[in-house]
Amino acid sequence: MALTNEIIQQKLTEKFGDQLSYWDQPYGMLTFVAENNINIKVLQFLYDDEQLKFRFLTDLQAVHYPDNKGAELAVVYHLHNLVDNVRIRFKVFTNIEKPEVFTATGLYEAANFMERETYDFYGVKFIGHPNLIRILNVDEMDYFPMRKEFPLEDQTRIDKDDEMFGR
Amino acid sequence: MSRPVQYNNTVKFAGIPEGYMGEGFMATNFEKVVSLARKNSIWPLPFATSCCGIEFMATAASHYDIARFGSERMSFSPRQCDLLMVMGTISKKMGPILKQVYLQMAEPRWVLAVGACASSGGIFDTYSVMQGIDQVIPVDVYVPGCPPRPEAILDGFMKIQELVHAEGLRRRESEQYKELMNSYGIQ
Repeated sequence: MALTNEIIQQKLTEKFGDQLSYWDQPYGMLTFVAENNINIKVLQFLYDDEQLKFRFLTDLQAVHYPDNKGAELAVVYHLHNLVDNVRIRFKVFTNIEKPEVFTATGLYEAANFMERETYDFYGVKFIGHPNLIRILNVDEMDYFPMRKEFPLEDQTRIDKDDEMFGR
Repeated sequence: MSRPVQYNNTVKFAGIPEGYMGEGFMATNFEKVVSLARKNSIWPLPFATSCCGIEFMATAASHYDIARFGSERMSFSPRQCDLLMVMGTISKKMGPILKQVYLQMAEPRWVLAVGACASSGGIFDTYSVMQGIDQVIPVDVYVPGCPPRPEAILDGFMKIQELVHAEGLRRRESEQYKELMNSYGIQ
């Protein structure tokens, strides 16, 4: 029997109950939100279960929702079952004041660089990550550039040479 | 049918410097000879990171033919180069690498910033892109354009040639030059 979204949702609900919420299927892709502290448990369950077999981490990144007070940063996991060719996606939310999420590097090697990138651009601290340093931006950078907290044009910047190449 | 033989009558030779000439000898200024030789044998180091680099490839290829200016010898080791041609967007993370390449070049050395990105950051007015390479290394000639056509790159190259030709032998020892280098943290 083919693996359908309903089966996945049912198995996850049996295991985790109310800790998973906001079930949806935009464009046929099963999506849900997990509580912050169980993200690794959900990943491990999806990985280990003989029927689900979500053993490929397609992508991992963050989203900043500045209006969602107390849970501004969302970390999104994209998973792929390569046997049945089924994809799912889930989010965990965290507070921007203390953006801490458990690392998935124990389960997926691919999570190593992806979590570094997420830290680089959003400042999400992945607890237990072996080498959580910037990956793409310069090491001296002291802010997280993809957060939605910067004005579109900063008139105070000095690195733009207006003398010869003015805007 | 045999093709008619055509002679290339438009070959332009480098001008002979002023001097006193007789049979079998010529006396002239040493500086003029050196600058003439330097001007017509500039070895470029292409530092191409994006689309301007593609225009440079056209410039170096047979149609535009930068070899006409004595520069067919592209070097990919900075140590034997005279001219650093920076073509493309230089991110802030690339800055120290560009400077390292510049430092590895031996004096005398010149820098050509090709395109809007290398000159000023171009459209990439953003947190990760350096707003002009003149923030890390001194630039001799800027070529505008996004990307500039090969003609524009050649024009910039000829401007470099003029600079090389006009430069005195002792310019690099001058106080002003040392001051310029110091302003970039290069001694």
